[in-house]
Formats: sequence, C-alpha cells, structure tokens
Amino acid sequence: MLEPPVVIVVSLLYLGLLFAVAWWGDRRADQGRSIIANPTIYALSMAVYCTTWTFYGSVGRAAVSGIGFLPVYLGPTLAMALGWIVLLKMIRIVKANRITSIADFISSRYGKSHGLGGLVTIIAVIGIIPYISLQLKAVSNTVGLLLGYPEIVMPHRSAAMTVGADISFYIALILAAFTIVFGTRHLDATERHEGMVAAIAMESVVKLVAFLAVGVFVTYGMYNGFGDIFDHVEVREEVRGLLKAIPSGDGYTGWFSLIVLSGLAILFLPRQFQVAVVENVNEAHLRRAAWLFPLYLLLINIFVLPIAVGGLLHFAGQGVDADTFVLTLPMSQRQEGLTLLVFIGGLSSATGMVIVETIALSTMVCNDLVMPMLLRHNRAALEESKDLSGLLLGIRRGAIVVILLLGYLYFRLAGEAYALVAIGLISFSAVAQFAPALIGGMYWRGGTRGGALAGLSAGFMVWTYTLLLPSFAKSGWLPGDFLMQGFFGVELLRPQQLFGLAGMGEIAHCLFWSFFANIGAYVGVSLLRPPMVAEATQATLFVDALKDTGQGGAVLWRGRAQVSDLQELVGRFLGPARAQSAFAAFARRRGNSDDVTPEADAKLVQFAESLLAGAIGSASARVMVASVAKEEPLSIEEVMHILDEASQLRTYSRELERKSRELTAATLELQAANERLQELDRVKDDIMSSVTHELRTPLTSIRALSELLRDDPKMHLPDRERFLGLIVSETERLTRLINQTLDLAKIESGRADWNGCELDLKEVIEQSIAATSQLMREKEAHVEVDLPDNLPLILADRDRLIQVMLNLLSNAVKFLKQGSGRISVTLGRRADGLEVSVADNGPGIRPEDQQLVFEKFRQVGDTMTAKPSGTGLGLPISRRIVEHFGGQLWVESAPGEGATFRFTLPFAHAQQVEVSPDTAV
Amino acid sequence: MHRRVLAGDRLIAAFFIGCVLFNYPLLSIFDRPAEVFNVPLLFVYIFLAWAFVIGLMAWSVERLVK
Repeated sequence: MLEPPVVIVVSLLYLGLLFAVAWWGDRRADQGRSIIANPTIYALSMAVYCTTWTFYGSVGRAAVSGIGFLPVYLGPTLAMALGWIVLLKMIRIVKANRITSIADFISSRYGKSHGLGGLVTIIAVIGIIPYISLQLKAVSNTVGLLLGYPEIVMPHRSAAMTVGADISFYIALILAAFTIVFGTRHLDATERHEGMVAAIAMESVVKLVAFLAVGVFVTYGMYNGFGDIFDHVEVREEVRGLLKAIPSGDGYTGWFSLIVLSGLAILFLPRQFQVAVVENVNEAHLRRAAWLFPLYLLLINIFVLPIAVGGLLHFAGQGVDADTFVLTLPMSQRQEGLTLLVFIGGLSSATGMVIVETIALSTMVCNDLVMPMLLRHNRAALEESKDLSGLLLGIRRGAIVVILLLGYLYFRLAGEAYALVAIGLISFSAVAQFAPALIGGMYWRGGTRGGALAGLSAGFMVWTYTLLLPSFAKSGWLPGDFLMQGFFGVELLRPQQLFGLAGMGEIAHCLFWSFFANIGAYVGVSLLRPPMVAEATQATLFVDALKDTGQGGAVLWRGRAQVSDLQELVGRFLGPARAQSAFAAFARRRGNSDDVTPEADAKLVQFAESLLAGAIGSASARVMVASVAKEEPLSIEEVMHILDEASQLRTYSRELERKSRELTAATLELQAANERLQELDRVKDDIMSSVTHELRTPLTSIRALSELLRDDPKMHLPDRERFLGLIVSETERLTRLINQTLDLAKIESGRADWNGCELDLKEVIEQSIAATSQLMREKEAHVEVDLPDNLPLILADRDRLIQVMLNLLSNAVKFLKQGSGRISVTLGRRADGLEVSVADNGPGIRPEDQQLVFEKFRQVGDTMTAKPSGTGLGLPISRRIVEHFGGQLWVESAPGEGATFRFTLPFAHAQQVEVSPDTAV
Repeated sequence: MHRRVLAGDRLIAAFFIGCVLFNYPLLSIFDRPAEVFNVPLLFVYIFLAWAFVIGLMAWSVERLVK
C-alpha cells in the first residue's frame, strides 16, 4: 500500500480534492452564497498556523526540550484573547482602506509610502523564506522515508547532490505550480480568495484528524494510555529529566520570549494576516474564533509529548530523527493506512502554509515592490497599455516561483543544520519586527514614516546579524569563526552574545536586541519631528478606525478629474469590463445612475483609488490616480480642518438628536399644559354660566315684582308690602351672592386677606351661636352646646372662622322643622388639633349628595318643595377657609337622621412648623 | 454596545490571567519532579491552565449571544 506509485497517486488525488473544494468555494462566492461565511470555517482557516512545524516539528522539539514545544501555542492563545480588540481594529482598517497585505497596511498607515511598503515586503520575504524551506524539508524528508518503506532509513543529502537529482527541488516546483493555479487565476480588487480559505479549512480538519489518529495509536495502541507511557520513562534517566522541567538551556526567559514571539506571529505572519484579516467575511466571526482556534491548538498538542516519549523509547539508539516520529512510529508498526493518513496530514499542513504564505507574499511583492519600481522607471509604457491585469498576474506568478525557489535555496544552504522548529523560530523573529510600527501605528498618532523606516531597518538588521547569519554559519555556508570571535575579531560584537549579553537562548537574545533597536529607533525618530500631512491624515484614519462606524470618513482630496479618465485607469489594471461594472455600481449606490457628470468628485476619486489599491497597493494607487487627476495639495491645516469638520459634524448631529428629543418632550409638556388650560377654561365657563344663572334668578324676580308694583298703582297695601319685602330679600340675596362669589374668587386665586392669630375656638363658637340666636328663635330650635374649657389655642383668622361657623349654623337651621328642631354644637380635642361638630336633626343628606354640597352653586334638597334660599357658595367657601388653616371639613349624614358637619383645625404650636408662608403674615 | 464592551473586558481579563498562569513565577511552582496519575505534573498543569483560559474566553464571548 505504500509503494511509490500509490503514494504519488494518493497525493495527487488529495491535491485534486483541495482544488475541487477551492473551485467550489469560488463558485459559491460568485453566486453570493459564500461557504466560508461561518465562524467555524474562519477559526479553522486560522489553523493554517499549524504547519509541518506543528505536525512533525513539535514532536521533535519535545524530544529535545520536553515541554518546551508548548509556548508557541500558548502565545497565540493569549493573542486571541486580545484579538477581539487588535484584530477587530485591523479588520476595520483593512476593510475601510481596501488594504490587501501587511506591507500595504504599514505603508498606508505612514502616508502611503512606497519605501516603507518595499522594506516591509523585503523583510517579509527574507524572513519567511526559512519558514518555507521548513515545509520543503518536512515534505521531502517524509517522501524520502516513505520511499524506503518497510525499512526506516533517514534520508540524508550530500552537498554534492545536484539540483536535478534532489527530490525537494521538484516538490518546490509542484507546490509553486499548485499555488499559482490556486491563488492567481484571476485578479480581484479585494484580494480575497474564498475558495482558498475553504480548502485551507478542510486541510486543517485533515491534519488534526491525522495527528489525533497517530496520537491515539501511539498512546493507546502501542502503550496503555498516558500513565503507561510516562511509566516507561522511569526506566530511562535522560528522558525522565526532560519531562519534568522547563528546558534548562533557555529557562523562563526563553519560555517567555517564545510566548511573546508566537503571540506576535499570529497577528503579523503574512499568512495569518491574510486569513484572519483580509479574508475575514464578517467581524462577528472573531468571537467564535477567539476560543475555537486556541481549542484547536490545544487538541493538536495533547499527544505531542506521548508521541515524543514513545518515539524516544521505541527508537532508542537507532538514530531516528525525532522530527519524523509522527511518521516513523506507525511505519515501524506496519500500519500502512495510518502511515498514509499521516503523510497526507503532513502534506496538508505544508501545502496550506505554502499556498497562503506565498499568495500573501506575492501580493506584497507585486503591489509594494515591483509595481512601484515599474511606476518609477516605466511609467510611460504603463500609461500606454490598455489592460495591465495580465501583467499583474504575471508578476505575482513569477513572485510565487521565485519565493519557493528561494525557500529551496535556504533549505540547501542551511536547512540541514537546524531542526524544524528552530528554522521556524527564525521566521517568527523576523515578522515580529513589524509589531512596533504596526501596533504603534494603530494606537499612536505620533508615529511617522521616518520612525517606521528606522525602526524596521534597525530591527531587521539586528535580526539578520543575530539570527540569520549565525544560521548560515552553523550550516558551514559562512565561516563559523565570526560566531565565536565577532566581526573583525571584536568580541563585543559576537552575534549571539551581542555586547556581552550572555545566558540567553538565541531567540530570546535576538528578540531583546532587535526590539531594543526597533522600538528605540521607531519612537526616537518619530519624536524628532511632527507628522506631515499625509502621515497625520492616515494616522487619524487608522487610530480612530473603531470610532467612526458611520459610512466613510471625510474626503481628503481636492482637485479635478474626469470620470472617463478614472474609469480607463482602473480598467487598465482590473480589465475594462470589471471597471465598467464597478463604476456603474458605485453610481447606482449613490443614486445618480442617469446623469453621469464628466467631472469626478472627491468621493469618486477616492473610490477609484481604493479599487486600484486592491490591485496594486495603496501607494501605487495614489500615484496612478494622481497621474490622471489634477490634485491641489492640501495643507496640514486644511486636512486637520476637514477631519475636525467630520468629527464636528458627528458632534452636531448628536447635538441635534438631543435637541429634537428635548423638543419632543417639551411638545408633550405643552400639550399637557394646554389640556389643563382647556380644562380650566371649561371650569371657568361652567362657573361663569352658573354665576350668571344664579344672578339672573334673583334679578328676574326683583324685576318681575317691581313691574307688578309699577303696573298696578292700585295694589292693596298688604300685597304691596309683601312684594317690597320680597324685593328687599332678593336684593340681599343678590348682594350676598356677589360678595361670596368675589370672596371665593379671591380665596381661589390666593389673593384673599388672611389675618391669622391665635384664637380660643370656644369663644369663636359662642360668639357665632349668639349671632344666630335670632334665627334659632324664629325656628324655635333648641341648641345644645358642649364646649370644654382650657383647650389649646388654634391659629386662624377670627372673622373667617366666624364666617364658617355662621354658615354651618345657618345651614343647620335652614333645614330644621319648625318647632321640633335641635342643633348640637360640640368642641372636642384630637391628637393634633381641635374638632368642631354641628349636628342637626333635619332631613339629612343622601350619601350620593354628600360630596356635591361642597361644590359651587350646588344646593341639594327637595327643590320641588323648598325654594333654595342659600347661594350655594357657603359650604365651598367654608371648606376652603378650613383647608387654608390646615384643617378638614366634611359631612356625616344619613337620610332622615339629620346631618353632622365636622371640621378640624390644628393646634397653634404644632402648626408653627408647617405653617404656609401666607398664613404667617 | 454595552454587552460588547463587557465581552472585551472579559477577554482582556482572560489575557492577563493567561499571562500569569503560563509564566514564571507561577509556572515554577509546578516545575518539579512530581506526577499526577503517572503523568508529569508540569504537563498536567499547563494543559489544565490552558483549557481553563480557553473556557474562560468561550464563556466571555458566547454568553453574550442572544
């Protein structure tokens, strides 16, 4: 089953399957039914982080340094916890500015600088080459091993081996061809590759399944579980020491640097940037990926140590490279199916990495290195050409081949001297150099192009000197003595003990010095001068990326351009048809599809530039657009003004919203007030009509009687006297009515005069009874009085209080039967004041009328039999008076049993606390 | 928005917890020759701490899904 033809056919079938998945993914994307718009797929695509380094190298590392393989997976876990903030911001920036690579990101941040983009590209390519050679080494090693099956023979190459006879050369070419077909079939303005992401996600599943299968097989097939494997270790001293401690060589410093390094790598490796940021479909997917991707890392690492230990025990003394244990353990057990699965898993991890990495790098090489050079030197030729999309694709394909061949070259030069993981760490250290410029650029406005250039250059040079050159030296390609003696024999310059810094692992050493130089130069140079216009503009766009969630930002462009020129320009890079449809779509979005003005406005220019930025990078796009648009340069004041204006506009609109909310509230209040007013008005009308009605009645009778007297001069004297008596009493009633109406109006409007003083209520009551004694006598009513002495004083207006008492007494008398009436007046003490009651044995008041008697102009009683003689205002006024002095007035009654009016008044001392201002006068 | 801020704060907390759990000096407590069911203590500790941090992150973000 492991004969070479079978292996080759299965491998090709697998690559074919990948291609089919990718094709299907692209097709679905074109139809608008994306298959990668799914947080799980997104997390799986991030697992492109796990390359053959993880698949084969982790075991090799574990066999040398025990638990030391782990920090490079702990770092990404921590980075993903921060990813919510950092990655989210990167995604926003990338989407808003149509950024397609990490070089574009940095160049765009620092004022769309060509130089910076180029430098980042060079660092990325040089830094990543060892990493690609690692994949080549792993694949060619495993292919070599499979060819030796059933024997386990370590493939080794001699320096004399010609390129033509070297299997890894062909593997490099196959991978290049595969990547070209995969990633550069057509040009997309956003550089998104949905099909590729789908295939990568599938590969992540395959490699995880394969690795877990080996792990289970070794742990539970060859041994009896975790405990059993580690139990066997007890026999072998050197293996035992390995497992129980942090590797002594690096110590905690090394451990910590690996965590930092890998945490940065997960953000800044070109392929991670590609899948996590550029290919992100929906930023909400970050949420699931934040824990799913670390979980993937945990799963793929569970069996690393058992496999490493199993391999060490099984192959003790046989000279089998620990980097190959994953494959050689199933081989040694004659597990052909499992071996093939492992091989495919390893192939998955290698192809996944190579595809994404080289596509990302080729985009960078094309957009940030080759295009700027062409623009500078062959501008005329570029401007003549009608369609440049073919040229762009050609550049990218060429870049892919060159990058893979450089990987192969590094493999030939230095690959043999290092284990897989050590090679990978060299690359990690290189991309970590992007961190200061990139993170600084996202959170610090002050970073300048000069600072970024200085920082990146310094960091890269230190990396080259302390890590890359020593890797060449160790493989014998450079003379090794400079490692020991330093350049020019200066010991202080020894690459791996720079300035005498010893006692660190080479990675920690490089990380410290390179960051020291990088951050120092970045911050130092940035602080030399204030940012220029373009830098300040971009800084604001980047730093405030999370603030402005509205559509688009301010348009920082002023000038003149023709729509046709712009469309033709974009057409040259994207193809005329694509440009046509993009411009049409843009016009539709802005709602002016019909009248296409020849003059382009700033928004259209920006749109064209962002379209181009996707294809040729933001710096080149700026140059190209400038070639057709007559741009008038903006001063820094103007730029800041526009940006300020934008933020002011946002402030204004927020202010406006607040105002309109307040206005709504005020309107509601007004409505309520208006309703209240209307209600009051209605009440006033009622009163007016009542008053006029009440006035008319006596007036009418006065008039009628007067007319009778006038018309009949011969009227008998008794009649005449009776009529005149009626006229006088009606006039009196009228006067009383007018007085009381005025009185009530005064009280209600608060303009009444109150002469509050301390009173003895008993005296007031006696005086009132005396005043009504004539009335009582007329009705022959009997008055009972119960007025205790020495009660506390109350605070009230004497005359008003007498008014109340007179009212109550005369009311009582009014309804008494002639001869048998009885009135009882009592004064009693209550908890907080005095209570007065005036009871009669008249007809009583029906319960439903007991409230009505306190309403104005309401006179209850049998209006059919008894003509109302009161004004209907006495009780309402009395109640107002009592309430004014803090008391209450109410009635208790049942029909036929008389009525008892009671009122209370608080004590004078207690009242002093609660007295209302007008009472105290 | 408030819920997003909360998730962000929880993740930052998870980050710092992870930083402490995965590094010196806490790590050195478990860096000694001891075993849990025959498996080296350090190995067990790191995987448990790792799983804990991942669980914390999952809880942080998934609890906010309505």
